[in-house]
Amino acid sequence: MERLDGRKYDELRPVEMKVGVLKHADGSALVKLGKTVALAAVYGPRELNPRHMQQSDRAILQCNYSMAPFSTMERAKPGPTRRSVEISKVTREALEPALFLNDFPRTTIDVYIVILQANAGTRTAGINAASLALADAGIQMRDLVTSVAAGKIDGHYVLDLTGEEEEITECDLPIAYMPREKKFTLLQMDGKISEEDVKNIINLAVKGCEILYEYQKKALYEKWAKEGFE
Amino acid sequence: MEKGGSFSSEKNPEEKVLEEHKNERKVVIPGEKIIESMDYLPGRNCFRDGNSIYSKRIGVVYYRGRVIDVVPLSGKYIPEVGDMVIGIVEEIQYSGWIVDINSPYKAFLPLSGVRGFIDPSKTDLSRIYGIGDVIYAKVFDVTPLKDVKISMKDLGTRKFENGRIIKVSPVKVPRIIGKQGSMINLIKEKTGCRISVGQNGVIWIQGEKENLAAKAIFEIEKNSQVSGLTDYISKLLSKE
Repeated sequence: MERLDGRKYDELRPVEMKVGVLKHADGSALVKLGKTVALAAVYGPRELNPRHMQQSDRAILQCNYSMAPFSTMERAKPGPTRRSVEISKVTREALEPALFLNDFPRTTIDVYIVILQANAGTRTAGINAASLALADAGIQMRDLVTSVAAGKIDGHYVLDLTGEEEEITECDLPIAYMPREKKFTLLQMDGKISEEDVKNIINLAVKGCEILYEYQKKALYEKWAKEGFE
Repeated sequence: MEKGGSFSSEKNPEEKVLEEHKNERKVVIPGEKIIESMDYLPGRNCFRDGNSIYSKRIGVVYYRGRVIDVVPLSGKYIPEVGDMVIGIVEEIQYSGWIVDINSPYKAFLPLSGVRGFIDPSKTDLSRIYGIGDVIYAKVFDVTPLKDVKISMKDLGTRKFENGRIIKVSPVKVPRIIGKQGSMINLIKEKTGCRISVGQNGVIWIQGEKENLAAKAIFEIEKNSQVSGLTDYISKLLSKE
């Protein structure tokens, strides 16, 4: 049996990543995972106002996740929602461990993620894009952060769910992962499932992250590799 | 024992290292392994994890003896002691001036950083440097918490009276200056402009052909990786 879109169970949707898509931002990236499109822009490190938010020994990371009104079939009302505030928070916590925030005391690093088109896996696409944009902005990082979701449909473990699959899956489990450090920075789960299944799904998602890591490296080299020659 | 005598029979290990890697100009991305060895030390923009040294950011690897540096290809200007920067006076306080130096950190120019004795209770500080004045200053102190102090006492520091300023990416500044100032001297020569380049990516130009000089500088910023850039800029300047 195949999946709805003809993919294998452990296959990602077609991936496309591009770095440096916005001129004005210090760093930017566009990530497409099938029909999901995420755009990330990074500004900073820059001076943080109001001053009482400044941390005297480190930079703070501020993430803003939002969905464009045209990103879904039904118009998404602009402005913060319960969901977008939550995703902004988990995105920030997924990216923070990868950064050397102590290198820029008293500043802020601002990450803006806009979902241009949504078809499940928007938070994971957003984290992938944000991690690339941070690297593009020249921010000190331990590692890139990759992210993908996995689930279980009809007894099969499936990687990178589409919107249609998300409705029938027993569980939706997004992770964010630092491939070099082999550490998790995000782990969420919807649905009810056995302990063994959770382990298997996480292992599958890690495999997906490792593939995405290669795409991320390729996207960064595409923009920057030529700069090495003189 | 004479200094350096112990290495006389074989090559100095530092030289050996330099020779091995001199020609490598590898571009690395954050988290990329540079070398797996305990014989090297992580320098700028890299870190050690276990036996290996990794890069912290996008940049080019340089070996400084046994120290590994990553020279960044993007990013903001972070002040370092000794840098010459161009700043714009933003605020006047009782004991000095606050100066915007195109960085996440504002710089402070204290009264002690200005030539001569000034009694702030009797002097209007805006007569010395007013808001909006552009100055060429030297960074003389940066604390670990990034309190930046600049000075106008050093050789070469001055206030710009006219001309214009442009901004470029601070990581491209070495390319704009060129080896021993070759590139910037070329532009000065061909356009007859006076130019000062701040380490922070702010450039002051004054002269008849300000536009042409600015155009050449932006061209260098855009094509900084191209080989034979000096010839290209030379041609560009001769055409007009």
